[in-house]
Amino acid sequence: MATILTVDDTASMRQMIGFTLNDAGYEVTEAADGNEALAAARKSKFDAIITDINMPNMDGISLVRELRSLPEYKFTPILMLTTESQDSKRKESKEAGATGWIVKPFNPEQLLNVIKNVLN
Amino acid sequence: MDNTNLADIKENMDDLEQQYLTFRLSDQDYGIPILEVQEIKGWTAVTPIPNSPHFIKGVLNLRGTIVPIIDLRLRFNLERKEYDQFTVIIVVNIAGKLAGLVVDSVSDVVNASNEQHCEAPEFEGQLNRQFIEGLVQFDEKLLILLDISKLADIDDLADVSADQGHSTTPEEN
Amino acid sequence: MAIDLTQFHQTFFEESLEALSDMEAELLRLDSHMSGRRVSDEFKADNESLNIIFRAVHSIKGGSSTFGFEVVANFSHVLESLLDDIRENRCKTTRDLISILLQSCDCLRTLVQNAQNGINTVPADINEFQIKLESLQGTNCAVTLDRRQKTRSIDHNDVAGWDISFVPNKNILSTGNDPVRIIRALTQLGKIRSRLNIKSLPSWKNINPEDIYLSWHIDFSEPIKKSQIENVFSWVIDDCVLNIIQKTDTQKSPTSKPVPDTDSNVDTRAPAPGASGNGLEVQSIRVSTPKVDALVDLVGELVITQTMLSQFSEEITPESIEKLQFGLGLLERNTRELQESVMGIRMLPVGFALNKLPRIVRDVSQKLGKKVKLDISGEGTELDKSVIESMGDALMHIVRNSVDHGLESPAERINAGKPETGTIQVQASQKGGSVVITIEDDGNGLDRDLILHKAIEKDLVAEDANLTDEQIDNLIFIPGFSTAAQVTGVSGRGVGMDVVRTRISELGGNVEVINKPGSGTKLTLRLPLTLAIMDGLCVKVGSQVYIIPLLSVIESLSVPDQNISRPAGGSELVPFHGEYLPFLKLYELFNLSSAVKNTSDGIIIIVEAESKKIGLLVDEIVGQQQVVVKSLETHYKRVEGVATATILGDGEVALILDISTLANLVNHKHHQGHSLKAAS
Repeated sequence: MATILTVDDTASMRQMIGFTLNDAGYEVTEAADGNEALAAARKSKFDAIITDINMPNMDGISLVRELRSLPEYKFTPILMLTTESQDSKRKESKEAGATGWIVKPFNPEQLLNVIKNVLN
Repeated sequence: MDNTNLADIKENMDDLEQQYLTFRLSDQDYGIPILEVQEIKGWTAVTPIPNSPHFIKGVLNLRGTIVPIIDLRLRFNLERKEYDQFTVIIVVNIAGKLAGLVVDSVSDVVNASNEQHCEAPEFEGQLNRQFIEGLVQFDEKLLILLDISKLADIDDLADVSADQGHSTTPEEN
Repeated sequence: MAIDLTQFHQTFFEESLEALSDMEAELLRLDSHMSGRRVSDEFKADNESLNIIFRAVHSIKGGSSTFGFEVVANFSHVLESLLDDIRENRCKTTRDLISILLQSCDCLRTLVQNAQNGINTVPADINEFQIKLESLQGTNCAVTLDRRQKTRSIDHNDVAGWDISFVPNKNILSTGNDPVRIIRALTQLGKIRSRLNIKSLPSWKNINPEDIYLSWHIDFSEPIKKSQIENVFSWVIDDCVLNIIQKTDTQKSPTSKPVPDTDSNVDTRAPAPGASGNGLEVQSIRVSTPKVDALVDLVGELVITQTMLSQFSEEITPESIEKLQFGLGLLERNTRELQESVMGIRMLPVGFALNKLPRIVRDVSQKLGKKVKLDISGEGTELDKSVIESMGDALMHIVRNSVDHGLESPAERINAGKPETGTIQVQASQKGGSVVITIEDDGNGLDRDLILHKAIEKDLVAEDANLTDEQIDNLIFIPGFSTAAQVTGVSGRGVGMDVVRTRISELGGNVEVINKPGSGTKLTLRLPLTLAIMDGLCVKVGSQVYIIPLLSVIESLSVPDQNISRPAGGSELVPFHGEYLPFLKLYELFNLSSAVKNTSDGIIIIVEAESKKIGLLVDEIVGQQQVVVKSLETHYKRVEGVATATILGDGEVALILDISTLANLVNHKHHQGHSLKAAS
C-alpha cells in the first residue's frame, strides 16, 4: 500500500490525518516539524507528503524546498495544509515546488479524495 | 462466525447467568451468581481497619489491590466462629468494586433456572430480608440466593452499622 | 466511511491550552522588554516571538475549525488577522497592544475550556472583546469575506458545456503534478472528449525526460459550474496556460486565470457533535521520547536478567549460588530503576506552575502601581504532575500576596532606602525525596503587632496569650485570618494563607514562614516529589505496622513516664523543646491490644501537620522505607485518620496515617504555648 508522510506540529491534526489515512489502508508516518520530516524522508521513500505550513524549527515551505532538492522526491506529490487566509503562503509554497494544497478546515472524506487523486 | 455458533454462545451465557456458587454459613446453604465471583482463596490474616463496622475484618492485598474483607456471619448477625482450614474468602466483583466475603466453606456450583425460584417469604428468620434475592428448593435443601450488591455495598455499610443496635432482626432459631 | 472526530478532541484541547501558555509567556517576555516605557510607545517585536504567538493562534484556528468548534475558530480567526497585521507592520506594537493580546489569550483560553465543557456559545464579554479586536485591525478580515462573495457570483448555471485548452508548462512535473491525473479528475465531473496535441514535441535527442511537451484540448459537454472545472486546475494555474470557454454561441467569456475558489472546502466543516464534553475527565500526559526509550531499555534488561535467573534455577549447584546472588542483585537494581523511570513519566518540570506567575505579578503590580521584578529559578525541577496541578493555585496565591501585602509602594520603598523596584524571588530545587519552593520578597515583612491585634480581635488568640515571634508569624495560617487592612480585590475575599496551608498539607507537604520585619518575608513550601511513592517511618503498635509519612516526622523521643504532665481535666502532655505537646496513644485510638501502654516503654514520635505539633505513642520503630501508595477508596472507602495504605515486603497491607486529621483530633487549646507552660 502507498506510504504517506504527514507533517504537522499540532498533535490533534496529526492524529486526525494519520487515523483517517490509516483507516483507508495507507501506511502513515508522522512528523512534528520540517526537520523531523526531512530526516524521515531521507530514511525511506514516501509516495506522498502532506505538510502544515506554520511549524517551529523548519516550516512547511522550507521543507518542500529541501525535499525537491532530493533526487527521489523530485516528482513526489507534496500537499500543503493551508487556511483560506493564506493566499500568499500558497503562492510561496507553489514556487518552492509544492504540488497543491488542502484547505483547512477539511473533513476526513475530503482528505481521502485528494489523496486518492494524487496517488493515482 | 456463523449463526449456530452465536446461538450456542448465547445459550452458554444464559447457562452461566443461572449458575450459582453455593457456600455454607452456620448450616445453611447460600448461593451467589457465579458471574460475580472473581476468585476463591483460603483464609489469610488481614490488616484491621480502625473505626470500621464490626463485620469488616480488615483489608487484604490481592495482587497489589487493597480489598476489604467482610465476615458474612457477622454481617448476618450470626454467631462468631473460629476460622479453620475450611474457611474461605470468596472475592466478588460488584460493578468494578472488589470485596472478599468470609464464609464457613464453599460447597458447589449449581444451576438454578428462573422457574425454580420462589419469592422470598415475608420473614426469613435471622437473615435481613434486603440481602435475599430469592429461594430455591434444591436436593431437599433450601438454597438462599443472595443479592451481593447489597451485601457488599460499602457506602451502605456505615448506615447499617450505625443503626445496627435497633433495626436488625434478633437472632432466633 | 465516517470517522469519529471526537476522538481527537482531547488532544486538541490539551495542545491548544499549552499553545496559549506559550503565547502568554512570549507576550510577557515582550512586555518585560518594554517595562519602563510608556504604554503608548511603539517598539519592534522580534520576529521569533511573533512567530511563536502567531503559530499558537494559527494552530488553534486550524484545529478548532476542523473539529467543529466554530466559536473558537471565529475568535482565533479575528486574532490571527490582527497578529498578521502586526507581523506585516500594518499595526503599531505598543504596550497597550500587548495588554490587548494578553486579554485575547485569556478569552481564547476561556472559549477552549468552554468547548471542552461542551459549551459552544460566546459569553457576552468575550463577544464584545472580539468586536473590539475586529475594529483594531485593518481590512484583512473583511477582504476574506468579500472574496468569497465574489467567487460565488461568477458562477453561471445555464451553460451547455465548456471548451478547455490546457497547455502545461514544460516543468509542470517538478511540482509533483501530473497532467494525466488532472484530466482524469475532469472525467469525474462528467463526460469529456480530449485531443492530445503533440506538435511541440522536439526531436528525440532534444527531449528532456523530466519535461512535458504535450498539450490538451478538452471538450466538456456537461452543464456544470465553471468553478468546478477551475477547481481541478487550481493547483497548476500558475504552471500552465489554461483557457476555459463557455460553449454557447451567444456568450463568450474567455478567462485565462480564474479567481481562486475557496468555497468548496469551506461549506463542509464537520458539525459540532452534541456530546463534545464527554471526554472531560480523561487525563493524559505527553511524555518525551527519551523517557519512553529509557523505559524500553530497562524492560529489555529486566527480561534478560529474568532469563538468566530462570536458567540458573534449573541447575542449582553450590558454584551457581554466587551467580544467582549476582543475578538477584541485578534484578533488584533493574527493578528499582524501572520504578524510577515509570515514576519519571508522571514527572513534569515545576515550570508548568511557575510560568503562570509572571502574568499574575504583571497584572497585580500594574493594578496597584507597584514596581516588581520577578526572579524565577529552578523551573526544570521535576515534580509529579498531580502535585504540580494541585499546588498551582496555592503558589499563585502566595505570589499575589507578596505583591499585594509584602512589597511596598515605590514611594515607601524610596523612603525606606530600598530600590524603587521590589524583587520577588521564586526558587525551586530538589532536596532528597521532596521539592522545596521558596518565595521570598524584599518588602516590609509581616507586621507582628498588627497580626496579633487582628488575631485577638477575631478571637483566634486569648488576649493574655504570650506568644513567641514565630508563633505570631504562624497565625497567618489560621483559618479566617486575613491581614489585608482592607479587602483589596487582589488577594482579599477571605481566602487566605490557611487555604494555602491546607492544600499543601493535603499533598503531604508543609509550608513555613520566615519573617524579617522591615526587610521581607520568605515562604518555604516543601512538597513530596510524587504522590505515588513516599518515604515512610514504619512503626509497630501491638501486632500492626503503621506508616508515618517521613515529611511530617520531626523527632522521636523516649520519655520517662514521670516527665509526662497531666493537667487536671486536660489530656496528657509531653515536653518538647520548651513546649508541651498533646499526644495520642495509637493503641487506644485504633483499639488495639498493645503490650506498651506506658510511655516509658514505648516511643513518642513528634509529628507536625498544618503547623500543629503532636506526639504519637507507638511500641517501637521498625525502620524507614519507601512505600508505594495504594488507595483504600478504590474498593473500600475513606477511613478517618488513615490517608492511604501500602503493601509491605511480606505482602501484608500497612495503613499510612493521616497526620493532619490526627493533629486535628487533639484538642488544640493546649497548644498555645507559654501561657500554658506557666499554668502547668
